[in-house]
Parts: sequence; structure tokens; C-alpha cells
Amino acid sequence: MNKSSNKFRHLIWPLVSLALLLLFNAIFTDNFFKIEVKKQDSAQAVQAPSVPGNPSENNVSAVDPTEAAAKAAAEEVEAAKQTVQESAGQEAQAPKKDEKGVSIFGYYLYGTPIDILNQGSKVMVLAIGMTLVIATGGIDISVGAVMAIAGAIAALLISMLDAGNCVGAGMGPAWYWIIPVAAALVLSTLAGFWNGMLVAGFGIQPMVATLVLMVAGRGVAQLITDGQIITFDNPGLVFLCNGHALFLPFSVWIVVAMYVIAGLLTRKTAFGLFIESVGNNERASRYAGIEARRIKWLTYVICGFCAGVAGLLAASNIKCADSNNAGLYLELDAILATVIGGTSMAGGRFFLSGSLVGAILIQTLTTTMYMKNVSPAIVQVPKAMVVIIVCLLQSPVFRAKVLSIFASKAAKGGVQ
Amino acid sequence: MDLLQTKGIEKQFLGVKALKGVDFAVKAGEIHALMGENGAGKSTLIKIITGVYPASAGSVYFNGKECKFRSPLDAEHAGISTVYQEVNLLPDLSVAENICIGREPRTKLGFIDKKERKVQARKALARLDIDINVGENLSSYSVAIQQLVAIARALDVDCKLLILDEPTSSLDENEVKELFKVMKKLREEGMAIIFITHFLDQVYEVSDRITILRDGQLVGSYDAKDLPRIEMVAKMIGKTPDEINQMQAGIVKNTKFGDTVYEAKGIGRVGTISPVDVSIREGEQLGLAGLLGSGRSEIAQIIFGVDPHDSGTMTMCGKPVNFNSPQKAVKAKVALIAEDRKVTGIIPDLTIRENILLALQASKGIWKTMTLKQQEEMAEKYIKLLRIKTPSGEQLIKHLSGGNQQKVLIARWLATNPKLLILDEPTRGIDVGAKAEIEALTQQLCGEGMAVIFISSELEEVVRDCDRVIVLRDRKKVGEVAGSDISLKNVMKLIAG
Repeated sequence: MNKSSNKFRHLIWPLVSLALLLLFNAIFTDNFFKIEVKKQDSAQAVQAPSVPGNPSENNVSAVDPTEAAAKAAAEEVEAAKQTVQESAGQEAQAPKKDEKGVSIFGYYLYGTPIDILNQGSKVMVLAIGMTLVIATGGIDISVGAVMAIAGAIAALLISMLDAGNCVGAGMGPAWYWIIPVAAALVLSTLAGFWNGMLVAGFGIQPMVATLVLMVAGRGVAQLITDGQIITFDNPGLVFLCNGHALFLPFSVWIVVAMYVIAGLLTRKTAFGLFIESVGNNERASRYAGIEARRIKWLTYVICGFCAGVAGLLAASNIKCADSNNAGLYLELDAILATVIGGTSMAGGRFFLSGSLVGAILIQTLTTTMYMKNVSPAIVQVPKAMVVIIVCLLQSPVFRAKVLSIFASKAAKGGVQ
Repeated sequence: MDLLQTKGIEKQFLGVKALKGVDFAVKAGEIHALMGENGAGKSTLIKIITGVYPASAGSVYFNGKECKFRSPLDAEHAGISTVYQEVNLLPDLSVAENICIGREPRTKLGFIDKKERKVQARKALARLDIDINVGENLSSYSVAIQQLVAIARALDVDCKLLILDEPTSSLDENEVKELFKVMKKLREEGMAIIFITHFLDQVYEVSDRITILRDGQLVGSYDAKDLPRIEMVAKMIGKTPDEINQMQAGIVKNTKFGDTVYEAKGIGRVGTISPVDVSIREGEQLGLAGLLGSGRSEIAQIIFGVDPHDSGTMTMCGKPVNFNSPQKAVKAKVALIAEDRKVTGIIPDLTIRENILLALQASKGIWKTMTLKQQEEMAEKYIKLLRIKTPSGEQLIKHLSGGNQQKVLIARWLATNPKLLILDEPTRGIDVGAKAEIEALTQQLCGEGMAVIFISSELEEVVRDCDRVIVLRDRKKVGEVAGSDISLKNVMKLIAG
């Protein structure tokens, strides 16, 4: 019992904060927890974007996402019928718009909490890589820009392929969406490799090393798209962040899969131990025979890959690649999610589950703001306040101070 | 008359007495060497004199008046300047800026007078017979010049007592000569100099008097010409030469050794250690003796691949190897328990189990893992074997005492089943009981056929435990004793030279 409570101690404060936030919403926001089961047909799917209060659909200024989303939603119908991984491509190949789904696969959950998970998927994915990097004592502030690169290359390739192969918009053979996805992931992984080379290979300070790509990355993305905002409506690509499978948005399953893989990779192998060891005392780790540089390098590569996935989700979400705004400031959200989750910026122990909760917390906060009609211009202010409260709650020094104030008051009361 | 005098200085740190009533005096116009092994209290004494710490008891007299300096700046104003081992100047500022920092000459309008600054800087350097371009960045000059600039800066104030704390450790022979020239010149001008060093030759080259501290106590102050080297070493370590004569190696040592495990021919690294031959056989315990900075740890680091060697060759069990990283050494079953436990040993926020597991896991790689149960069993085994005092293997290692942390590190390496185990100061900073246990353990490991290299500044330990001792002085091998020749006296003779 004691052992397991230790294991989950880092989760207490983020979970408490999340619970408070949800409680706030339960009281003050109408229909916040209302989750409906909807049948996946085009008519209903089209409604999808017009959620009450239309939460956070757009931090990103994109070209008319609502209309694009409506088109894409039509494609979701087929996609969800098969197993998670394969369904997207194959099903989209043979659209059967009019066939109403009758099996359980034809239904999906719908409501604000689900929307939070869908919208938060980008930061959740980013937080995986960020957590590992931060655990080695590093940081990667380039992930937002890498997202833009990933989105740009995917959009460019898919638009080229669509133009060449597609019979009608969003209706042609859809397997080839794999190509832009693969290209985006390879490119973003290379970006991570580059960051790792600068940090672990050449010993440049992580903040400075990743600043290079943070600044230059959006330029690279602009080069790829030739300065244009490339829109696309390839069903396969659009499905990533707009489709549904097994009741839930497909993006949620991507997040689940990535957390499971990351968890297995770090905890079922010695990778996690080595990361924590290097982050805690790099020199001693080297003396123990750990290839510290290689471990650090690898975390940046993984972080780049995660940024690539997040970039694809972001592009898929709004059906376009906007080099200027895709993933803008998301590196900060990812870092916050990591820190809220209990991983120290100084490196050492890391908690993937904590980062996941942190990312959900941040997204819940953002969504709450939008639902309360807080102007996007000032939304960062209340967000910052909540974040500082969470961080204070986590700080043992702060808790001890507060407790001592209460204790002294109680003592005074006792005397009287 | 004494320029500086301390009477009954005591200093207590959190219950530990670092200084126990030290009387110390320096005359104007003398170079006074302050000697003692690590932890003898030299730097604590200096820090009390210069106002870094307040003394717990006792008083400091400077120029005949009792002084209580509250900060090094306070002491500097009174005429005591200190130059530390690391040049703590600003490398990216010019020489003139460095010399005048904090006391820049001003123009009438209150701006910095750059011309006057250069003039002052040149004047300060001229006193040391140095003529360099004071407008250049400090970093464009050699470490020796930088050291001299630091001295020039110290002398710029109206300085009567100059304290040099290990000024020569980063200098080569010629640079040291330059420095000594300057020191002698200053002595002729009537300045008092306190000189701290680990290099014995240097002490005798420039010092007029020698004061020796041991365990926070004054052993005595002597004229350099009246104190033979062997006697000085004896006093630093705490034995009279007679005692040393009486003490003979009483332990019957294992004389049956197996095949050569490790052999190095002429391994060295420029600026770290002159080329040296090291070889060790199964079941043999080889000691590396010498004072701090003599090159003991440096040899260990080179064998283990932490610092790559730039000359010589090495073989492991007859096969040529090239350890240029710890990973390679670990895979070849070499283990090093390094000197500074906190920096190079423990991973403080990991548990005892994880700390023990680390080296074994590192040699296995990422994919081949042990189940949690196997890990726990292994931790349990070593906790019992080495009598590590802890409630469980899940305790964080940072909560253990020094001796128990050391045992965890030994467990970490025993778990890799090494052929060659290098222990660098394994007994430093741990209590007497744990010390004895660690010594007994190394004997036992040798009996089981492991080759052990043992490094300690406590010569008695080396003499008691080792089958062969390589003696080092000033980063060179100066001799080797084996078998019945190993005695405190012989080793000390070699150390003193």
C-alpha cells in the first residue's frame, strides 16, 4: 500500500487541480459533462464543429476550418468501422455515405470532455518527448516549429499526390496518404536528431541548441510550402484528428498508443533508468558505464518524432498547413504539462502519466476559457494564474509555509 | 616582529571541529609555507584570516592590532590579499580592466578614465617585471600570465601580506620558475607571503619557514633548512621517523598470484601524468601511493578510460585494448570506484536498488533487463553481504551515510563481477568501522582472485593491505616496492624523494 501510494504521489496535485477545474465547470458551465452517443452519419457529423460554446477549435487562425471540417466529417463515417490502425486508409477508399452504421462501431461519443481530449491530443503527444528530454536535464523549445515543418511537408506532398492521382476531391484511392505521413515523421525525427547532435554531440546548451530550430524551423516550413497556406481534404490525413474509432476521436487512440509505447520503452527496458540516472548525475552515470551522450541524443530524437505526430494532428485538425501558426507556443504548453506532472526541470525522475494529466489540465483550462467566452486576447492571463497555483501546490516549500501559517493560527486560537 | 599572528583559533562546523586552537605567525619579508594533508585545516585557517568565516574562538592580530575582518574585502583594505588556485578573474575583459575592476580611476565627470586605467595596470605589472599589452583580453594569455595578473591585481592595493593558495597546480615547470622569481622579488621588498602547495620540491625551493597542520591542530613551525623532507612528511601524516622505523609490515601476504590481468606500458597524458608502466596479476593488490596531486587518481582515470591516454599501450588478459571511454572499460570487466563519491559515484535521487543495478545494466545495454524481483534479490544480497544499513533497497541513496553510500558503490561494481577493481580513496570520509570492513573486503576479494588497485592517502592502509606499491611524486612514478620491502619508512622515503 505504502509502496503504491509513493508511486502515485506525483499525480496527486495535478489530479486535484484537474478535479477542481472540472468541479468549477460542473457548477458554472451548462452541459459541460453532457456526453451523447451519436451515430456516425454525415448529417450528425457535420454538426460536430458547432459544439456549444465552440471550444478551442481554434487557437490557430486557419482558412475556414468549419467548412473544411464539415467536408471531412463526412468521411469519418466509413473510417471508424474497422480496427483502429488500418481502418482509416482502407475504408476511405470506398465511401458509403448513405449506409447508416448499425454495429457499435457506427457510434461515437460526443461532448465537451471528448472535445478536450481531442484538442489536447497535440500537447499530450508533445509532452511525451518533452518529458524524456527534460528528464535528462535538457529542454526542447523547437517542438512547435517542428510541428509546423511536419504539417508543411505533409500538406505539400498530399496536395501534390491528390492533384496527380485523385479522381475527385477526397474520394480517390486513399492509401497514399501514408507517404506524406511517413515523410513528415521522418523529417521531424531528423529535426530531433539535429537537436540531439547539437546538445549531446557538441555540448551546446539545450536552450540555445533548440532555439536554433525554434527560430529557423518556421522558415523551413515556409520554404516547403513556398509561403502559402496549403489546404487539403485528403480523407486519410483528415481522419487523424477528425475521425472517430471505437467511440472516441481517432487522435485519442493515437495518444493512447503513444503513451503505451513510451511507457513500455522506458519502463520495460532500462532506457527509463538510464534517462533518470543521466538527468540526476551525468558524470556519475558516465563513470557507471552508461553512454550518457547517446541516451540524451535519443531523447531528442524521440521528442522530434513526437513533434512530428503532433504536427500531423494539428494540420489534420484544420485541414491545412499554416507555417506561421501551427503549433505556435505549444512548446510552452508541453513544458508546462511536464512540470505540472511532477518532472523536475533539473532532470532526474520523470512521470509520463503526470505529463498526460498535466496536458489534459492545460487543455481543460483553455477550453473552459473559451466556453466562458474569455477573449482569446487575454486567455493567457487566467491560464497563467491557474498554472502558478498548480506549481505552488506542488512546491513542498510553499505547502510547508501555508501549513505553518495555519498551524500558528491554530496555536493562537488554542491559547485563547 | 610578526606581521600576522593568530592565537588559539578554533572553528566549528555543525559539530565538527575543523580547527583546534591554532597559533600561527608570519613575519614581514618571509615566504611561509603552510602544509598539511587534505582536511588538515589549511584552507579553513586561511578563510578565517581573510574574513570569509568568523572564528569560533581565538583572535587574529595583524600589524600588531587585533582584527576581526567581516569579509575578504575588509581584509584586502587592511592589506591582506589572496590569490586562489583557480584564476578567478574575468577572461573576456582586458588585462587592464581585470586589474582595476572595482576601483577604476575616474575622470572629473565621473566616467571611467581608460587611459589612466592602462597606466595603473602597467605600473602594477611592472612591479612583477611583466611587460604585456594590457588592452588585450585576459584569455589570450597563458594560465601562468593570468596567475601573475591575479597577483598583480592583489598587489595593486596597498598589500602587506599575500596569500597564494595552490598557485602552481596549473602551471608547468618554467611557469613555476617565473612565479618563484616574482615571489622572491616581493620578499625582498619586505612583503610576507603565505604559500600553500602540495608539491614538496617547491616548498623547499622558495620557503623560509614551514608550518604544518594536522587534523585541525598545529604540529609546529620550523625553519625550512632545519626540517628534512622525511620529517616533514612524517609530521604531516602524524608519525615520528622513529615510529616509522618501528612499524614494519606485519601482515603475511598472499604471494601466489595468477596470470597478469592488466598491463599498461608507458601510458600517460600530457599535463596529467608522465608515462608510467602498470601491471597487475590475479589476486594481487597494488597500491598507488603519493601525496595529493601526485598523479594517483590520474592513473586510475586513465586506466578506466575517463581521461583518454595519449601515449602508451594497454592489454587486458593478454589482449590489446584501448579504453578511451568508461563504457569500454566496464565491458572489459574493469571497475572504478572514483575518488569523489558525490560527483562521480552516487545518483542521489535513485534508490539503492537502482544504484546497485546501474553498472551491470549499463554493461548489458538497454534491452536485456532483469525483472524487478531479480533486481530486488540482488539488492538484498549485497545489502546483507556488505552490511549496508538501510530499512530497504527502495531507500534513496542520498539518505544514507557516507560509509553506506560507499558500500552501495562497491556493491554496484561487485555486481558486474569485475576482473580488475580500482578503489580510489575508498575510505575517505567514512567512519572507522566501515573503513575496516572495506579493507577486509578487498583482502577477501583478492583471495578470490580479483585484481585490486588501491589508492589511499592514508599510507598505513596502503602499506598494510598491498602486495606491491607504486610510489608517485609530482605526477611521475618515482619507485616501486614489493613484498617485504613494503614499509611505511620505505614508501615515505620515496614520496619525499
